[in-house]
Amino acid sequence: MKVTDNVKKLILIFISILAFQAAEAQLEIEIISGNPGALPIAIVPFQWLEADPGPTTSADEIISGDLYRSGLFKPMAVEDMAERPVEEEGIRFGTWRLLKVDYIVIGKVRSPTDGQGHELVYQLFDVHTQELLLSRVTTVGPGDLRFGAHRVADAIYEKLTGVPGAFSTRIAYITATGLGNNQRFELVVADADGFGPQSIVGSPEPLLSPAWSPDGRKLAYVSFEQGNSAIYMQDVSTGARELISSGKGINGAPSFSPDGKRMALTLSRTGNPEINIRDMATGRTQQITQHWSIDTEPVWSPDGRHVYFTSDRGGRPQIYRVAPSGGTPERVTLEGDYNARASVSPDGRKIAVAQGRGNEYRIAVWDIETERFTVLTPGKLDESPSFAPNGSMILYATKEGGRGVLSAVSADGNVRQRLILSEGDVREPAWSPVIR
Amino acid sequence: MKSVWKFTLALVITMTLAACQTTQKAEPEPEPEPPPTTDVDTSGAPDPHDYTDSRNFDNPESLLSKRVIYFDFDKSTVRPEYRGIVSAHAAYAASHSSARVTLEGHADERGTREYNLGLGERRGNAVSGLMSAQGSRGSQLTVVSYGEERPTCRVSDDECWSLNRRVEVVYTAR
Repeated sequence: MKVTDNVKKLILIFISILAFQAAEAQLEIEIISGNPGALPIAIVPFQWLEADPGPTTSADEIISGDLYRSGLFKPMAVEDMAERPVEEEGIRFGTWRLLKVDYIVIGKVRSPTDGQGHELVYQLFDVHTQELLLSRVTTVGPGDLRFGAHRVADAIYEKLTGVPGAFSTRIAYITATGLGNNQRFELVVADADGFGPQSIVGSPEPLLSPAWSPDGRKLAYVSFEQGNSAIYMQDVSTGARELISSGKGINGAPSFSPDGKRMALTLSRTGNPEINIRDMATGRTQQITQHWSIDTEPVWSPDGRHVYFTSDRGGRPQIYRVAPSGGTPERVTLEGDYNARASVSPDGRKIAVAQGRGNEYRIAVWDIETERFTVLTPGKLDESPSFAPNGSMILYATKEGGRGVLSAVSADGNVRQRLILSEGDVREPAWSPVIR
Repeated sequence: MKSVWKFTLALVITMTLAACQTTQKAEPEPEPEPPPTTDVDTSGAPDPHDYTDSRNFDNPESLLSKRVIYFDFDKSTVRPEYRGIVSAHAAYAASHSSARVTLEGHADERGTREYNLGLGERRGNAVSGLMSAQGSRGSQLTVVSYGEERPTCRVSDDECWSLNRRVEVVYTAR
């Protein structure tokens, strides 16, 4: 038994190494529909003051790209900049006003005094009032320049929109390539801009339902590698993993509680799928729903007081909620034939679902207070919504030309973008929490 | 006198032998024996309706050779036209206590993945329930749901979807 386990482990490690190489396939992001009201901003090229030659993609390009993709900003092309000031004294606000820019960011990248890593020194000005809005030094470790640039974009975004940025976060998703017996599934983690994808699990059997721990260090997911669904939890950076559940029937839909101490999951050991809560310290699992219907896709409210889940106890799938200690579930979505797989907004006020009507599935957002749906996407097979940790965007899976691709839509539905992998299907995106 | 008898006997023997030879030559060549084939069983062809006969797994005339049951959208009721297939496998399992069957439940791509895992299991359970009611033991039957993860067809249309909504009867032991 021990030997078999070790062999399995070795095979998996080998598979994972192969997968790592295959994950070179980049996600390409393009804006499908823009926002006419986007703020014009100039991110002037940052001066490079380090001894080593600078990176191929400069910090200012990364910042511009982030702000552009948010749909709320219209960054000026570098070649259109008449001047490229580095210091405050060099900014001639009149010129930038003529260029119809509302905000300007200047900065430089230098080595910290101890020589380790990078310091991004930058300032944000309102071109019209000439007011200094933000002046900061962001310090990151060696190899984290991109992360540093995303942090700068987060700060600018927050200053100008009032909402914290989510650019320095990550996304996890599942890819499927090949057909039949040559099919391969991978769980991939990438920066929120699609950069640097790394496969953290690879398998010839299906992988699904990745879920981040609240500290952003672990991913829980479902793997069929043993011939039936099983839930694993894996440390994203070390790769160390733990089997959480592999009982008879379905072991699915893991979701960490906001404090990370509990996990909601779907188990069908009683004969049909029920929501269970597992205490991560003791491993004790308590069943909190009891119904002959399919109860699945649990997800926590940000305050930890409710567990939202999909159930067809009323005939068709709808979203219900129940206390994590159990009790009588309450129906949440009151319109539509098919509402499933909720993602709760960070403020707890809205839930995004996959909404089915006939053969078309779209991402729709249900406002819990006003009890109204807003349909955000055009369809036809949109699913797996995942709110950004700042609530600004919803990442989801869709199909285009027979291929699974990821898309993101702004919470107001105005801006949409597409993330395409060079080959195969991409599905089940999960946006990480803010990594501090 | 004795030599005459001897001569006569010799003549009769010679004539008889000659006659025999003539008779043999006149007879037609017998048909060559058909070469023995390994597939032919001396006990006769399998009765396609005998679902306890394992030879029917490969007999296209028999329901035992059919191992996929298809379902309606978002439904797990075994349609009447598939009841016979389920009964055939139930009868086989009931008569072979060593037989082990995995019922793999599948869904089409519409709807969410985890809900479809539930739907696949519900379909598997529907088949498992019918088989149990017809004599298969619970210990012989395992339901595994793959949801929409293992489609047989990848086009987003009704025909393809109908092929993907299925339970596959997989024998892990016969």
